[in-house]
Amino acid sequence: MAESDIQVKEQRVGIDGRPVLLRIENLRVWFELRRFGFGIAGHVRAVDGVSFDLHKGEAVAVVGESGCGKSSLMRTILGLYLPTEGYVEFDGQKISEMGRRGLRWYRSQVGYVQQDPYGALPPFMSVQRILDEPLIINGVSNKEERAARIRKVLEEVKMHPVEDFLPKFPHMLSGGQQQRVVIARAMIMEPKLIVADEPVSMLDASVRVEILKLLRGLQESHNLSFIYITHDLSTVKYFSERIFVMYAGNLVEKGPIGSILKNPLHPYTFALMAATSDPDARNAETYKEVPPGEPPSLVKPPAGCRFHPRCARMIAGKCDVEIPPEFEPEPNHQVQCWLYQ
Amino acid sequence: MNQLRKSFRELLRYPSAIAGLIIVLALVAISIYALIAIPYNEAIRLWRGGEDVWYMNPKNVPPEWINWFRRNDLPASFLLDSRSEENEDGTVVKETAAVSEDMNQVTITFSFDYPYESYPQELILYMNGSYTEKKPYVAISIITPDGRELRATEMSIDEADTYRFSQDQRLQRRLRGAAPMIGIFSVPDTDPPVPLQGTYQVVLTGFTFEEGSDFDARLVMHGQVAGWAGTDHRRRDLSVALLWGTPLALAFGLLAALGTTVTTMIIAAIGVWFGSWVDELIQRVTEVNLVLPFLPILIMIGTFYSKSIWLMLGATIALSIFGGAIKSYRAIFLQIKESPYIEAARAYGAGNMRIIIFYLVPRIVPLLIPTLVTLIPSYVFLEASLAVLGLGDPVLPTWGKIINDANANGALYMGQYYWVLEPAVLLMITGLAFALLGFAMDRIFNPRLRGV
Repeated sequence: MAESDIQVKEQRVGIDGRPVLLRIENLRVWFELRRFGFGIAGHVRAVDGVSFDLHKGEAVAVVGESGCGKSSLMRTILGLYLPTEGYVEFDGQKISEMGRRGLRWYRSQVGYVQQDPYGALPPFMSVQRILDEPLIINGVSNKEERAARIRKVLEEVKMHPVEDFLPKFPHMLSGGQQQRVVIARAMIMEPKLIVADEPVSMLDASVRVEILKLLRGLQESHNLSFIYITHDLSTVKYFSERIFVMYAGNLVEKGPIGSILKNPLHPYTFALMAATSDPDARNAETYKEVPPGEPPSLVKPPAGCRFHPRCARMIAGKCDVEIPPEFEPEPNHQVQCWLYQ
Repeated sequence: MNQLRKSFRELLRYPSAIAGLIIVLALVAISIYALIAIPYNEAIRLWRGGEDVWYMNPKNVPPEWINWFRRNDLPASFLLDSRSEENEDGTVVKETAAVSEDMNQVTITFSFDYPYESYPQELILYMNGSYTEKKPYVAISIITPDGRELRATEMSIDEADTYRFSQDQRLQRRLRGAAPMIGIFSVPDTDPPVPLQGTYQVVLTGFTFEEGSDFDARLVMHGQVAGWAGTDHRRRDLSVALLWGTPLALAFGLLAALGTTVTTMIIAAIGVWFGSWVDELIQRVTEVNLVLPFLPILIMIGTFYSKSIWLMLGATIALSIFGGAIKSYRAIFLQIKESPYIEAARAYGAGNMRIIIFYLVPRIVPLLIPTLVTLIPSYVFLEASLAVLGLGDPVLPTWGKIINDANANGALYMGQYYWVLEPAVLLMITGLAFALLGFAMDRIFNPRLRGV
């Protein structure tokens, strides 16, 4: 018994010796499609076989176009959706086996930053009340303690002076301020993990960088693990150490940021990067090649590699028949593509 | 909270809302006055009382203020009491003189002004004698303004004795066949009779035959008008029911409106939040409830079980909870349920009930308030309708009961319009006030309806 325990511990220590905080193993999230409300007509395979480890203090980006399942992946990590298969493990504990109290604790350990800051804040609550809610729910009954924590977290997200903002309602704040409140709410329980779903895509270009820098600063100063979900590769480099590229419910490429941005292996990553518009004068003259076609149906995904109908380098008889396993042509850089067999 | 205060301030910019608010506040003031001036038990005693309580009132007469609209005033009703110190409509003088050791002469003189052009319904003397063996003996006469003395009768007095002038056959004969009220209050020998105005006196000259024996009397005139609300077929002053009807109507309307809207909203929120079979069940129950006939069920409850106003209130709420409103609230909640802030609340661990009460419901409260306000009068009317159908509370005086009584006693056929109009006008005013308020609120909370 003791031996196997040690083994498990060792296994959980990842690259550069940091322990694993979140482990996702062969996760599938399927939604039933009902016919006339009775029979099951099929499943939407929003997440289909995703595995990865997230280490303590590590920031990863999940990149993919809309409809690829990244939001479903995120909601499953937050415990809002139940996995159809596989599991999400936090600090060595499967969240599906945590029970009510365990799940409450888990939710206090995970902060959630949403895309639309105005929608993410209840319009009828003041900033003070919004930040009070998670504390009340998690049993911080001392009023002064709550007030002190709210002050502290608002200062951390650089909303000065704190007193001016406390009585305000969300509609009285600017988009950037709203997003800071959302971040403050995610941070107030002092979580170990932050899940950010396109945190800057709905903000003005002028405040994007500020918010990204704020998130980066918080991540570093609190040694937070960070899952940054985006469709925009140009914001990824502010942040993450690793990138996961998601396509049609699968992580098709996983690797360190430098390695992926310099040397993308999967044809989809390649196309995605080619389509990224970085504010660079040279980009104005280059022609951007976009992969033809559309993302595949998640109800009836194509046989074999899911990207093969759009892929320029498709190997006939291979890619459209067999699902590619994960190859590791470079250290720590995995790709699901037959080209690297 | 802040938003509600702001909306209220905005409300005061609409004159119609101010008018509605003033009427509602007036109705509330009347309710408070009624509850303080006539306590519950007293109200019920008065409303259920018969001749013993209401002897001083005539039957079926309109209120006194209709004299303001008439060239010739109708005679008002009054009561003069030889025992009481204050007699507003006239004076009472009681004199006692010793005749012998055991015998006293007691004279009670009632004087009152009669400036009217028509005749009263009735003049009655209520006399109370106190004696051990020998009853006091009284001679009753009337002195008219022109100085004639009309002998009415002579009688010995019991502990409680009543003498009605209009039913004295001998007095009628003495007045040469004229009905006593006409004979007494007319200029002699006129045809058709002409009323004689001036100060009349009713004189009781009596003898007591024992030591300590005495008698007292009350003179009641039943005129053609009484009180500020008039009287009904049981001599009851309608003001009791009009006053007490106000708090009852408001309480019924407010409780029913509040009870139905709030529970409906919470049930809709629960259905939307939990979804699946809970939602299905609520939807199906609503659909079944929508086709149930509301009024016949209430009539059945009233006929077979009890007519208590509180039972009717409960039944009304129970039948209205699963009403059509559940469908519209559900539509709004379905939209709110998908808001990102709800997702965020789940992500930081808010429980189901907390989300329903603190996250879903507050979004709909602004929509709820105008609905609530406009719903109040419809339940006030419902209570009145039930009373008119004979399902009013048997004990409590309500506006609907007055209309029911009036209807049952042919008030409109007999020309007693005041009997129907007074409660009807109060009902209309109540409806108008809440409608004015509700429409203005609707305009504030639903900005699309706002005029340019």
